Amino acid sequence: MNYGIVSQEQLEQIDRILAEKLIKLGVDCVIIIDMAGNIITAKDNGESKYDVYSFAALAAGNFATVDAMAKLVGEQEFSLLFHKGQESNIHFSKIDDELLLISMFGRDISLGFLRLNVVDVIEKIRKVWDRK
Amino acid sequence: MSFINLKDKIVQVKIVYYGPGRCGKTTNLEYINRTYSKQIASEMVSLKTHGDRTLFFDFLPFDMGQIKGYDIKIQLYTVPGQVKYNATRKLVLRGVDGIVFVADAMEKQREKNIRSLNQLHENLQSYKESIFRIPLVMQYNKVDLKEHGIPILPTMVLEKDLNSRLKVPYFEASAITGYNVAATLKKIISSSVISIQKKLL
Repeated sequence: MNYGIVSQEQLEQIDRILAEKLIKLGVDCVIIIDMAGNIITAKDNGESKYDVYSFAALAAGNFATVDAMAKLVGEQEFSLLFHKGQESNIHFSKIDDELLLISMFGRDISLGFLRLNVVDVIEKIRKVWDRK
Repeated sequence: MSFINLKDKIVQVKIVYYGPGRCGKTTNLEYINRTYSKQIASEMVSLKTHGDRTLFFDFLPFDMGQIKGYDIKIQLYTVPGQVKYNATRKLVLRGVDGIVFVADAMEKQREKNIRSLNQLHENLQSYKESIFRIPLVMQYNKVDLKEHGIPILPTMVLEKDLNSRLKVPYFEASAITGYNVAATLKKIISSSVISIQKKLL
């Protein structure tokens, strides 16, 4: 199996993209995970205290389940997933076959605005990742 | 595929407890959760049915301290044991670094153990991984039932059934009393970490 090793420089670049594009916008917490449930990086606004390791394991499972459902209805994939709550919401978006970007945000950000920014972030992260 | 974070110096190791239904995978994790609660920062996550059977997986993360300056984060998973849940079993195996095969030592479960091990072999193949290469430890669980007069398979028979070709380390255990649960865990952690080191060198 391939071992996922990312350079310190790449991680710093990714962290910077997340901080500038999503945390600054008001997103509470952003996590990048791989499909096995490992955390690649996690950034938050300093206030939220989520158990990111359990979250990553559940999110990977959740996404894999939805992926299997997509295949059952003849779709290649559902590349985007959104859970809405009273106070907080979770947005999942696929970066590539191995990586997933998860954003947790409150009521003060609209989904549309977040999605626009997530698309931008993913494009930038892909560029950093490709240089591996 | 364990993930190694060079910036924060963290290695995440994924260990999966695999085995037939009701063999004691979740009980292993529950015992570890109770016994090592000091090292476990977060709560054990269990996705189960109303009948208390594992539906998707159990998840238990804990810190093992440092090796060569790297924080080792162990992530324990179980799979659902029921036959019908193979699709989810496969999902949990994605990116696994080490496996504990929990066999049920009760005589009447003999067939189920063998079938479950064969399926593990197939499931690993679908990830281009091999049961002969991946770190694996056998646990022959429920040996305490002997005292209660319930017929259990002698270890020799279990070894012949399950471990004659694999020849991996094995432990007789009782997950409910905790006998050899820690020994099994220590063995699989050390095998997995050594295997990751070898692959990196």
